[in-house]
Amino acid sequence: MTGLPLLSLAIWLPIIGGLLVLATGSDRNAGLARPLALVVAIAGFLVTIPLYIGFNPTTSEMQFAELRPWIPRFNINYFLGVDGISVLFILLNSFITPLVVVAGWKVIEEKVAQYMAAFLIMSGLMNGIFASLDAVLFYVFFEASLIPMYIIIGVWGGPNRVYAAFKFFLYTLLGSLLMLVALIYLFFQSGFSFNLLDWHALPIPLEAQKLLFFAFLAAFAVKVPMWPVHTWLPDAHVEAPTGGSVVLAAIMLKLGAYGFLRFSLPIAPDASRELAWLMIALSLIAVVYIGFVALVQADMKKLIAYSSISHMGFVTLGFFIFNPLGVEGALVQMISHGFVSGAMFLCVGVLYDRVHSRQIADYGGVVHAMPKFTGLAVLFAMANSGLPATSGFVGEFMVILGALKYNFWIGAAAATTLILGAAYTLWMVKRVLFGAVANHHVAELTDINAREFLVLGLLALCVLGMGLYPFPFTEVMHASVDNLLKHVAVSKL
Amino acid sequence: MINFVMPDLYPASAEIFMLIMACTVLLVDLFSGGRRWLTYLLTQLTLAGCFAITLFTLDGQVVTTFSNMFIDDLLADFLKLMLYPAVAIALVYSRSYLAARNLDKGEFHLLVLFATLGMMVMISASHFVSLYLGLELLALSMYALVAIDRDSVRATEAAMKYFVLGAMASGMLLYGMSMVYGATGSLELFDIGQRIALGGGNKTVLVFGLVFIVAGIAFKLGVVPFHMWVPDVYHGAPTAVTLLLGSAPKLAAFAFALRILFSGLGELAQHWQLMLMILATLSIALGNLAAIAQTNLKRMLAYSAISHMGFMLLGLLAGVVGGDSRFALNAYSSSMFYVIAYVLMSLGAFGMIMLLSRAGFEAENIEDFKGLNKRSPWFAAIMMILMFSMAGMPFFVGFFAKFAVLQAVVFAGHVWLAVFAVLFSLVGAFYYLRVVKVMYFDAPTDLAPLEAPRDMRILLSINGLAVALLGLLPQGLLEYSIITTYAYLIGG
Repeated sequence: MTGLPLLSLAIWLPIIGGLLVLATGSDRNAGLARPLALVVAIAGFLVTIPLYIGFNPTTSEMQFAELRPWIPRFNINYFLGVDGISVLFILLNSFITPLVVVAGWKVIEEKVAQYMAAFLIMSGLMNGIFASLDAVLFYVFFEASLIPMYIIIGVWGGPNRVYAAFKFFLYTLLGSLLMLVALIYLFFQSGFSFNLLDWHALPIPLEAQKLLFFAFLAAFAVKVPMWPVHTWLPDAHVEAPTGGSVVLAAIMLKLGAYGFLRFSLPIAPDASRELAWLMIALSLIAVVYIGFVALVQADMKKLIAYSSISHMGFVTLGFFIFNPLGVEGALVQMISHGFVSGAMFLCVGVLYDRVHSRQIADYGGVVHAMPKFTGLAVLFAMANSGLPATSGFVGEFMVILGALKYNFWIGAAAATTLILGAAYTLWMVKRVLFGAVANHHVAELTDINAREFLVLGLLALCVLGMGLYPFPFTEVMHASVDNLLKHVAVSKL
Repeated sequence: MINFVMPDLYPASAEIFMLIMACTVLLVDLFSGGRRWLTYLLTQLTLAGCFAITLFTLDGQVVTTFSNMFIDDLLADFLKLMLYPAVAIALVYSRSYLAARNLDKGEFHLLVLFATLGMMVMISASHFVSLYLGLELLALSMYALVAIDRDSVRATEAAMKYFVLGAMASGMLLYGMSMVYGATGSLELFDIGQRIALGGGNKTVLVFGLVFIVAGIAFKLGVVPFHMWVPDVYHGAPTAVTLLLGSAPKLAAFAFALRILFSGLGELAQHWQLMLMILATLSIALGNLAAIAQTNLKRMLAYSAISHMGFMLLGLLAGVVGGDSRFALNAYSSSMFYVIAYVLMSLGAFGMIMLLSRAGFEAENIEDFKGLNKRSPWFAAIMMILMFSMAGMPFFVGFFAKFAVLQAVVFAGHVWLAVFAVLFSLVGAFYYLRVVKVMYFDAPTDLAPLEAPRDMRILLSINGLAVALLGLLPQGLLEYSIITTYAYLIGG
């Protein structure tokens, strides 16, 4: 193994690079800020590749661990490490960042340096969340990542951006503050340790487990977001600039789901089993009800936002049926959703940059003007509706199988997503891309340029690759998921 | 026959130096013929000299002098070492602001020095009389400072309000002290503590006195329901004075409260902790809720100060659980860390108001920060750091301050109190976010370049960066807080 602290690099390289980009200052230097940001983003991705190559998939141990005292006063350590559950998200996050930088290359003309810096810093912070094995370190990254997103939505967002930025910030803060109290409680219960691995082994009475579970639920359910605390997401998505939407959908939503796996399930396994019915119920509501809500949206970004909520419902469903198929399927679904939703928001961004409208009604017959774009967009739409041979199918199929094993009716209800997802996605595709040319704006559209093609093409490769050959993804998570489920099955009372 | 013993002056050398220099400044100012930089320089040198004296006489010993009225321990030294820079920074920030308003008279500096002396005495007092003397020296200087802009109706009104309410609070405090004296027969804190521990004194009388003492302290800290003066005085006073009022005295008030309540009346902890709990919850709730409605930044920061002081009290009330004071170290050191962090943030925030102000214009409305990101991205970032830190967001020092206090509260078994506090932090986040919003999301209405002198810009930048740096690496300050608190606890 290399002696480099790879995880630290994955976290701090984008953050320090982001500060450098910030230092290029005003928009007169935008020509410097953009390439610098791209270099930093690519370098940030490159340092995460050894994490995958050097990863040992046969063990559920934490790998690439780094442990240093940070605040000995509270026994807080700078403790990093990844297992099969977290390593893929670090890669996903670092992969999305350069795409976002490229996607915002020409589109963002104001405060370029600040825009790029915000994304780079956020990327580093999110890597920190996935790599932290110390609860306070996790929490600190978790909360700090709100700040750049708040700025991104508020500064470069749409007309109602202030409302959306506040709603996003306060909603997510509410949840995480309750979690903070839970973390402090666990600190004392465990005899002054913030080490997550210690907490995983800590016996806790059921009543306390339930309270902890709800505190974690408050933090993570808002972030996922689960019904009924999902209402911030459509607002945030609609108002955020394209890059913001991409990061929000592709990475930020995963933080909540990841939190369930890292905190709720292993720390409060008895409460998790006890309250699984609640989680399953909320997940199914998200899958079915939000699926119908998505159907009636007139705004493309809103539609994709609701589709995200529905897909994330699938993820939480997969976690709380406690079998390997379900959990692995949910993880695959998270990665796949990262590619697909990111790509869909980029597609909307491509159209928005040209027509300045996100309304479905303003489009029609885009295929006549933009054949290349349409080809890619249809692929992503198919993946979003779970067509076999795309990444969207793998995860959904595994979760449905897992759910059927758990309970036939739950599986059946979950399977409606295949119909609903296809309905709302393809109906949108039909109305926007196909049919007669709706108006002169659409007729005057120009097809995607090389830059856009590069971004969408890379994502298309990922979507197809993962759909055809998901083994490299599932292989990595196997041991860790098995270990987690074994752990959850044992009572900690 | 009176037996006069010359007291040991060595432990109080910083105070004595301060007093001599204050008188020197008065004389020099009189004969300097309008060379105002001289008074300013002398004032800064005095603070630097005091810093050096305190630092070099620091030996970790607990020494009392003046018949046990004055105590020199690590707690006092540490807080004084924080106090001088806080005052010095405030003076640097104030300089051009005062000059533009023709307020940079000798009296200003003189009063600041006397106020600082009062704070030093408060920090080092171990006797009701010296506590009261320090408090009044600070308060009387502050009343005059608030009114230093004598042509301003608002400032005069604020000073009047401050004086009347302050005098009443002093009266309450004195009344409470006299009750305690009546019950125990002593004015000396350690002596009182011992006598109560040995079962001396009528409990009813003691608790009765305690109520008045706590009310007096609450007034000086500005916590609900004794907070009425805070918004008006913060708003009415010239910003330079608000800056001074809102920062350094909190350090003194912390030591003051800790010494009276723990050293003197520690045996009554279950009583005063309950009182502090009521004060703290009310302050956190009302401070945060009322701050939302403010359009004036000074008033907003005043309400925010109320809520921050409430948070600080949370630490003080978590020190003794069921007569067991093993929790004290964790709790009081957290509270101390909170106060120091707050002073640093408060200095920066009021400093920003003065940075944007210029002759004939007070940038005290939140609207005045509109589009600051366009005018000066650097100082917008500094203000953002300060606001997020005050809201308790990581990686800024405000987060670890809140964290330290919350863990102390949970450790003492008050989990629901912690939940209450974090929920109101959420409310607090809203109004800090609003300041960030006007700076970053809104277009500027005022495009005048910033006029502040270079020394202030540099210091304000360092101030802001320190808030960020202490958030990344808080261990050092946390450690000093715990060492000094430990020394205080075993010394008492």
